Amino acid sequence: MGKTENRPAERSSWQLIARRFSKNRLAMAGVALLALMLLAILLAPAYMPYDEMIKEDVFNRLQRPGEGGHLLGTDELGRDLLARVLYGGRISLLGGMATIAIAFAAGCLIGGAAGYFGGRLDTVLMRFIDMLMAIPPVLLAMAILTALGSGLVNLIISLAISQIPRFARVVRSAVLTLRGSEYIEAARCYGCSSMKIIVRHILPNGIGPIIVSATLTLGQIILSISSMGFLGLGVASPTPEWGTIISENMLNIRYYPYLGLVPGVCICLAVMAVNFIGDGLRDAFDPRTGN
Amino acid sequence: MYLVKYTIKRLLMLIPVILGVTLILYFVLELSPSNPALQILGADASAEQIAALEHEMGLDQPIIVQYVRYILGVLRLDFGSSWVSGYDVLDTFMLRLPDTLMLAFTATLWAVALGIPIGIYAAVKQYGVFDYGSMVLTMLLFSMPSFWLAILCQILFCLVLHWLPATGVGSLRHFILPALVLGANTLASMIRMSRTSMLDVLRQDYIRTARAKGASKAAAIVHHAVGNSLVPVITQIGISFAGCIGGAVVTESIFTIPGLGSMLINAVKARDVPVVMGTVILVAIIVGVINLVVDLVCAKVDPRIDLAA
Amino acid sequence: MEMDRSGALLEVEGLHVRYKTKSAEVYALNGLDLRVERGEKLGLVGETGAGKTTLALSILRLLPERVGEITAGSIRYEGEQLLEQSEAYMLGLRGRRISMIFQDPMTSLNPIKTVGEQILEVLDLHFPGLSKAEKLGRVARMLETVGIPASRGGDFPYQFSGGMKQRIVIAMALIGEPELLLADEPTTALDVTIQAQILEMMSRLREEYGTAVILITHDLGVVAEFCDRVAVVYGGRIVEQGSVEQVFARGMNHPYTEGLLGCIPELDSRAERLTPIPGQMADPTVQPKGCSFAERCGRCMEICRTRQPEPFESEGHSIMCHLYGPGEV
Repeated sequence: MGKTENRPAERSSWQLIARRFSKNRLAMAGVALLALMLLAILLAPAYMPYDEMIKEDVFNRLQRPGEGGHLLGTDELGRDLLARVLYGGRISLLGGMATIAIAFAAGCLIGGAAGYFGGRLDTVLMRFIDMLMAIPPVLLAMAILTALGSGLVNLIISLAISQIPRFARVVRSAVLTLRGSEYIEAARCYGCSSMKIIVRHILPNGIGPIIVSATLTLGQIILSISSMGFLGLGVASPTPEWGTIISENMLNIRYYPYLGLVPGVCICLAVMAVNFIGDGLRDAFDPRTGN
Repeated sequence: MYLVKYTIKRLLMLIPVILGVTLILYFVLELSPSNPALQILGADASAEQIAALEHEMGLDQPIIVQYVRYILGVLRLDFGSSWVSGYDVLDTFMLRLPDTLMLAFTATLWAVALGIPIGIYAAVKQYGVFDYGSMVLTMLLFSMPSFWLAILCQILFCLVLHWLPATGVGSLRHFILPALVLGANTLASMIRMSRTSMLDVLRQDYIRTARAKGASKAAAIVHHAVGNSLVPVITQIGISFAGCIGGAVVTESIFTIPGLGSMLINAVKARDVPVVMGTVILVAIIVGVINLVVDLVCAKVDPRIDLAA
Repeated sequence: MEMDRSGALLEVEGLHVRYKTKSAEVYALNGLDLRVERGEKLGLVGETGAGKTTLALSILRLLPERVGEITAGSIRYEGEQLLEQSEAYMLGLRGRRISMIFQDPMTSLNPIKTVGEQILEVLDLHFPGLSKAEKLGRVARMLETVGIPASRGGDFPYQFSGGMKQRIVIAMALIGEPELLLADEPTTALDVTIQAQILEMMSRLREEYGTAVILITHDLGVVAEFCDRVAVVYGGRIVEQGSVEQVFARGMNHPYTEGLLGCIPELDSRAERLTPIPGQMADPTVQPKGCSFAERCGRCMEICRTRQPEPFESEGHSIMCHLYGPGEV
């Protein structure tokens, strides 16, 4: 009982994916939310100069939201919470994206090489990956942090390394499935050029799971960065970071709940937006999984 | 009998993995610029004292020699001693392991016990109010950082309602809140996994066959769908349990539970290499054993899984 | 229970079934009439998507929930109106009085239960009075009957070949000793040699148990070999039905049946090419005003597009086509 799509052949698979994605309301909400947050964060220097807004001001300690021109109030040291959250977002969000980019690139390299060349290289690389996977990612990241010391760059590197095994696996299996699949053979048989095969067939079919996995991992990484910041292993105070902001306000949260609520809600919203996009992408790339 | 053989084989296969893990960790941690002798003796130690200690610890040897000595130590269950406290790493680990295991175990237990039925029910009533409700719940749990959830719970249950102690250990009541927080993520993945798996199983032909035989919808679900839907969920339980041991780092530090997590954080901050190394290796072994158990359980549930192969 | 012994075993009248999905409504059955006598072997033939499986699922009232819906018509089984019965009544009917065999034996068995357990389940459901030993004995005998050693009852489905799985499915369908068996393409997924074995076995068992069979297939060869009567389905209606001899004689046929018959190679006429039916299945998302085959019919007339044909009957051979309509010739 096939439903009547009007001539699917006229549309490329990319357009179909984009269309399915744009029809997904949650995914579009995620895109809108993430875009809004990124805009606010990236343009922050234009409307909220760091030095002016984030200065210690003992006379304006713990102002409630709205008091003294502070939209979201101030913390124990009299620093504007809104400004700190906006600048903190740069580290939490952009840092998360950087982490994924590194892990993604390294994972593609390792997994792609293992899958494409196969043989002994595959065995060696995958054994190595298996060993890394034997360690829970959080612990691996912490071990690397021990060696490198805390700080934003080290945090990003260690979190990225802890995610490489996962990406390498996904990429390798995608390459392996595609290499042996019949429709690639078929495309080759009726004279498709290699380039055309890669662009028209391998990319849309193979990159789906990789992009989806990258998006869904981004949510976890944002959580990890803020957790590490909270534990004092990542970005150290006074540099603002969502997790760090919560930890430095721990003592006052009970009576000044906004100090914990605002950065916490920011983390939630960012992760949620990213997860919506990830789920939407998954359904768009593989409509069978959706309902 | 083949189960015993399989178990032994798997445990033996764990050895090269652990050796590899040790190798990786050893060389990563070797990057650490800190000077252990200086760290142990304190800033006012003389150069001779430091040199003497370095010699004693074998730090003046080439790194390969150091690694082989470390490995030989590990095989004799000697993980060295802390650079900070001087205590034996394995002793400290064993001392702190019960609290962490207890925490991870209770967290996994309640999350599994609650998550699987919720997920299955949501799948059976797909698109119903319950289904949407459970989806919103998993969405929230997945996007909430556990330390933040912990703080919210502390404020609500301890400071406002005074139901539970906020921090520390000592009684079972102390474990309730940490286990609740630590299991939240597992709960979300259990709901999601069992729902997806159940939806998939409900579409299978053998469910229709069961219905055609005269089984009621409920009977078809209980006798045919649930068992089949559990296989991927069990795998997920193993992954989640390992995740809980990792997540305990955060939970223990907030609730000041003297388990592995809080030990590890202090060690990472102090760059106490032997402690970090020993802890990670030992946890990797525990995770390896958990994976083995999971595979054995899966094989028990699904006859198609052939362990002998 | 009072039963109308003289009437037909199954009478389907004016059955309309609609599938509703997010994107479209599909009219799967559009006024289907069908009559099956006791012990009869009826072949139900048609292309994929013609509504054959839908009919079988409608009889058992197992259409996919919230998607498939019977919008009009009646299904009488042994004189009882099935569409008005309670779910509890249907539970007692399925597997006991009407059984169904599904197309793909690979997926129609539960992979994590032994085949013995799965056959036994039918007895547990419908014969709760029997002792455990009695039930196990029946399962063992049934397995032997379909040609599988009873000792293999403790094996799991993955340990059997496709043909053996289908034998197990048949055992499961027959152990309740139903009066009607709905066999939905039972041999399509199997090798040709296995197909013949399975058909031969079904034929033998059918005789033994006196079960009526609706054999759903798109293979006219299978029908010619196995059935007494044929019903041809197109666009959710029976467009032609009659005895195998009447239909296969190629004397008077619905143009669609002619097309189907034209697709079968004949050994003795070597020069002739097979003639495929032009065009595609009618779009099931629109309800045509006239005959649903009009668009593909080589002998289509003006009236075919505007009015639905009435069945033309002669000696139990009925054709729903304006070519044979009363007074239209």
